[in-house]
Amino acid sequence: MLRSRPRSTSTGVGTRPELLPVVLVLVPVLLVSLFVGVALGPTVVPLEDTVRYLGAALTGGELAPDEMTGYSIVWRVRSPRVLLAAVVGAGLSVVGVAVQALVRNPLADPFILGVSSGASVGASAVASLGLFAGLGVYALSTASFLTALGASALVYLAARTSAGLTPLRLVLVGVALAYAFQALMSLIVFFSPFGETARSVLFWLMGSLGGATWGALPPATAVVVLAVLVLRRSGSRLDVLSLGDETAASLGVEATALRRNLFLLTALTTGVLVAVSGAVGFVGLVMPHLARLLVGPGHRRVLTVAPLAGAILLVWVDLLSRTLFAPRELPLGVATALLGVPVFVVLLRRSGYLFGGH
Amino acid sequence: MHVTLDGVSVRHAGATLVRDLTLHARSGEVLGLVGPNGSGKSTALRCVYRAIRPSSGTVWLGNTRLEELSPRESARTVAAVTQGNEVGLDFTVAETVAMGRFPHPARPRDAADSVESLCRTAMLRTDIADLAGRGLLSLSGGQRQRVMIARALVQQPSVLVLDEPTNHLDVRHRISLLRYLRECGLTVLVALHDLNLAALCCDRIAVFGDGSVTSTGAPAEVLTPETVRRVFGVTPDVVPHPRTGVPQLHYALDPENTEGNDS
Repeated sequence: MLRSRPRSTSTGVGTRPELLPVVLVLVPVLLVSLFVGVALGPTVVPLEDTVRYLGAALTGGELAPDEMTGYSIVWRVRSPRVLLAAVVGAGLSVVGVAVQALVRNPLADPFILGVSSGASVGASAVASLGLFAGLGVYALSTASFLTALGASALVYLAARTSAGLTPLRLVLVGVALAYAFQALMSLIVFFSPFGETARSVLFWLMGSLGGATWGALPPATAVVVLAVLVLRRSGSRLDVLSLGDETAASLGVEATALRRNLFLLTALTTGVLVAVSGAVGFVGLVMPHLARLLVGPGHRRVLTVAPLAGAILLVWVDLLSRTLFAPRELPLGVATALLGVPVFVVLLRRSGYLFGGH
Repeated sequence: MHVTLDGVSVRHAGATLVRDLTLHARSGEVLGLVGPNGSGKSTALRCVYRAIRPSSGTVWLGNTRLEELSPRESARTVAAVTQGNEVGLDFTVAETVAMGRFPHPARPRDAADSVESLCRTAMLRTDIADLAGRGLLSLSGGQRQRVMIARALVQQPSVLVLDEPTNHLDVRHRISLLRYLRECGLTVLVALHDLNLAALCCDRIAVFGDGSVTSTGAPAEVLTPETVRRVFGVTPDVVPHPRTGVPQLHYALDPENTEGNDS
C-alpha cells in the first residue's frame, strides 16, 4: 500500500504516496462524519429536520414552537459535542506526533509526561472536596487544567539537567511522577465523603464529551490550530531531530531548545484538551503511526494527515459511545480502544511498517 | 577554510573531557585525530560541529569565532558524520540524504545544482544510489553509515568532521571513503582508530592523550614505535608501504609488545 507512484518532489527513486489524494479523501470523510454525528443520537431526529435545524441555526430561519426540542438537541447538544470531538481528536493526534518526536519513542502518547494523572488530581479534588465551587460547571475543567500544567512543570523541572532535556530522562521522570499523581488522586478519592466520587473520577479519567458546550469550543480550537501551525512550521526540524541529537546539532538544530519548546506546546495543548474532555487514551498513541503508515514519516505530512484522521476517529467513537448503550454513555477511552485497536492491528500487519528498528 | 581550537577545555558532569586543547587544521588538509579511547578526540570534534559548547577557549572557523555564528549558519560551513547514529523513523535513504539541505535556504528546483542533483551525486559517490527508496531501518550498519556520509556531503560544507567514519564499513567502502577525503579538497578533521588508515589518508596526524594533543605532524613523523608505545602502550613494528612508502604498523601478540595491563 506504500508503493504507489513516485512523489514528484522526491529525490530519484523515493516512493511515497502523494499527500494530496489522502487529504482529498480525509476532508470529505470528516465533513460527512461531522454531519452523521449531528444527525444520529439516542433521540431520533428525522434527517430533513436535522438539515432544517442546522440551516435555521446558521442562517436564522423561522421554526415552529414545537420544534424547539429537536432544534435544541441538534444545535445546542449535538453540534458542539461533535465539533469538540473533532477538535479533541485532531489535537490529541498532533500532540502525539509532538511527544513521540520529543522523547524519540514510538510508544509515547500525550499523557506520558504526567499530564493526565496530574489533571486527575485536580479533577478528584473538585469531585470530592468541592474545590473551585464558585466556578460552577467550569470547576472541573479549571482544576484539571491547572493541575495538568502543574504536573508538567514538575516533570520538566525534575527531568532537566545541565545537559538539557534528554528523552529517556523525560520518559522516566514522567512515568515515575505519574505514579505519585495517581497515588494522590487515589488518596483523595479514598477519603472522599461522597460515594459517587470514585465513579465520577473514573468516568472523567476515561474521557467524555458529555459536558460539551459551545463555550468550550473556541479555546480548544484555538489551541489545537496553534499547535498544528507551529508544529508544521517546525516539520523539517523535527525530521532532523529524529536522526539523533548529534546529527541534529551538526545540521544546526539545537535539540535542547527544540525539546523545551515542544514540551511547552505539548503541556499547554494537552492541558486544554484534558480540561474539555478528560483523558482520552489511544488516539494520541496510534494516530501518528497511522499517519506514517499512510504518507511516510515526514513530519509536515504526518502533521497534515494525523489531525484529520484523529478528528474522524473521535467523531465516530463519540457517536458510538452515546448511542451503543443509550441512555448510558460509554467512556470515550473504552470506545476508542474497542474500535481503534482492531483497525490498527490489521493495518500494522498488512504493511511493512517499521519503527525504532523493529 | 582553516579550523582552530584555541585553548579549549570541556568539563561535563564533573569530569574534564578535554583540557586546554590546541588543534589547528589548515585549509584543505586532512587532519587525523588518533589516540586511545577516552582521550578527547570525539569531544574535540563535537566542539567543532557544536554538539557541545567548550567550557573555556575558542573554536575558530577561519577568522570567525564559532559562537558568533548561529547554529544554522555554521552548519552551512561544517558538516559532520557522527558516531552512533540513532535512527527512529523509517525515512527513505533519499529523504535522509536530502535532510543535509536543512541549514541552507531553499533554492529553485530547476537550478543547475538543484537539491535533486546534489543528492544524486552524493548517493552515487557513496554507492547508495540503488538504495534511494529503501527505508533507513532496513539497512545494515555500513549502508547506514554511507547514508550519513552522503547527507553530510549534500550539506556542501567547507569543513568536514568525521568521527570514526570507517566503523561498520567493509574494506572497499573504507578505501573509497578515504580516497574521497584525500581528493575532495575540503578541510577534513577525522578521528580514526586504525592507525594504518590514518597514515594512508591524512596530511597530518594529531595524537591525543588524556584530553590534549601530545604531538602533531606528518604520518611518518608521528607514527613511530616510540610515540605509539608512549600513547597506546603497544609497540608496533613500523615499515614503509612497499609501493607508496607511507608508514604501516604491524603488531605481534607476544607479551613484550604491550606495557602493563590492557584495559
